[in-house]
Amino acid sequence: MSTIQVQAPGLLTTVQDLGRQGFGPVGVSPSGAADPISLRVGNRLVGNKEGAAGLEMLLLGGTFIFPQGAVVALTGSDFGATLDNVRFDVGTSVQVRPGQTLRLGPTTSGARCYLCVQGGIAVKPFLGSASTHILSGLGGFEGRPLRKSDVLGIGRASKRFRKRAVNPKASENFSRRKILRVTPGPQADWFSESSLRAFYEGTYRVDEQSNRMGLRLEGAAVSQSGASEMITEGVSLGAIQVPNGGSPIILFVEQQTTGGYPQIANVISADLHRLGQLRPRDAIRFEPVTFDHARSLLIEQEKLLASRELILE
Amino acid sequence: MQTAQTDGVEFQPASDQSLLIYFGQQITPDAHQRVRKLLRLLEREPIAGVRNLNPAYCSILVSFDALQLKHAQLVEILRGYLRRLAAMRIPKGRELKIPTCYGGEFGPDLNDVASLRGLTPAQVIELHASVTYVVYFLGFVPGFAYLGELPEALATPRLDSPRRSTPPGSVGIAGNQTGVYPFATPGGWRLIGRTPIAMFRPNRKAMSFLAIGDRVRFTPISSARFAALERA
Repeated sequence: MSTIQVQAPGLLTTVQDLGRQGFGPVGVSPSGAADPISLRVGNRLVGNKEGAAGLEMLLLGGTFIFPQGAVVALTGSDFGATLDNVRFDVGTSVQVRPGQTLRLGPTTSGARCYLCVQGGIAVKPFLGSASTHILSGLGGFEGRPLRKSDVLGIGRASKRFRKRAVNPKASENFSRRKILRVTPGPQADWFSESSLRAFYEGTYRVDEQSNRMGLRLEGAAVSQSGASEMITEGVSLGAIQVPNGGSPIILFVEQQTTGGYPQIANVISADLHRLGQLRPRDAIRFEPVTFDHARSLLIEQEKLLASRELILE
Repeated sequence: MQTAQTDGVEFQPASDQSLLIYFGQQITPDAHQRVRKLLRLLEREPIAGVRNLNPAYCSILVSFDALQLKHAQLVEILRGYLRRLAAMRIPKGRELKIPTCYGGEFGPDLNDVASLRGLTPAQVIELHASVTYVVYFLGFVPGFAYLGELPEALATPRLDSPRRSTPPGSVGIAGNQTGVYPFATPGGWRLIGRTPIAMFRPNRKAMSFLAIGDRVRFTPISSARFAALERA
């Protein structure tokens, strides 16, 4: 089996695919890539199925050696990668020769970069998925972020190398945005007019303590109008919950499955991948849209992802 | 009387790909039974396009593929399921015991809970172990069971500032709930003891030690017994 040797792990590098759905009744959240569109595009570049497992890196990338060579691609944010000290562009498939070293540095754009390899990263699936669930130590590579000297297997790949690149024009639609679109949360009417206005007019900064479980925001505090006591209920990916302190938290891929704080809004599906590229201290705003509009934006996005124009061969 | 089962049920879009079904807005045995029944029916006869289910005290969150389903379509399908709940039978929950070593390093908040409620630590232990709890649902993190009702005399608010990490197996109380932390997670519940039982076992078919509807009692054990069970 071909392998990847981890010479330096980077800040937080984990094996991720598109997550495990259907285990809410036992409290297991889906996990999966924080920016699933980058992972899907990366897999297409190397000729994999969209949901194959890749490596997700955060803010500072790792250094990897490919003793047997591989076909690889980097997607998402630009971490200034080099292959044997030669610039390695994001968004292209590259044939790595046996023994070459891929080195990533600190990000020069968003929060996350994905390394996809033809054949996918081979780990024993947990509940049908290769995704790492860091908090519970389940899935991925030994249930944890990568460490120096780890050796990862690469799945068998029968395909040959084809030079592919992301069409910059088409991929503009996936670029980073400062304004996240949201639909009303289930408890939106618990918040006063003035709180809702503060929420939609205010600018929020992503707090340093944010992680794959949730993004904590600093900015205009919002308070509930009523004195209602919230009964714990299931919470959705991208739910923006408001604890008593008034600082909103966006629930993210490794989210708790249930929660007891009122939810003012929910990030739309078509913008969820953008959450994965937010860095600490990034400024964001929220824009309300209807459920119908949110759905048509998702349909548009999926059309573009499935289109031939996205990838140039 | 078939419509009775859909009476008082409310649907609420939670996101563009999820829908909440509320069986009222109160924690009641009836709401719990309806949650269990609908969950069972949805697990047995999955709806095409539905991706995930998150049961809670008196609600279920249904997540779906927005490319396949719209809220209104899902509501229509769910109404059909709800009409069948009245005729459904669900098995009585299992009776399980959770051996727990109370106080000391295992229950750092036991003394605070006692003084907050004007009890001795021994009375807190006795009260906590005196009743049978129902597993209302599993949520929060893998294998975390929401257990109720805590005896009124023990009802205590959450910690003002949550711990950054609670040791796995910690038995906590909050409001009128009690539960066991399966993993080292942040947590605001007051910790009164710890169990050596693994609450989440990823290698077993039944991954969670507890299942929705189970009936649970905590049984006090010594630290020596705790150590012996932990080794076993």
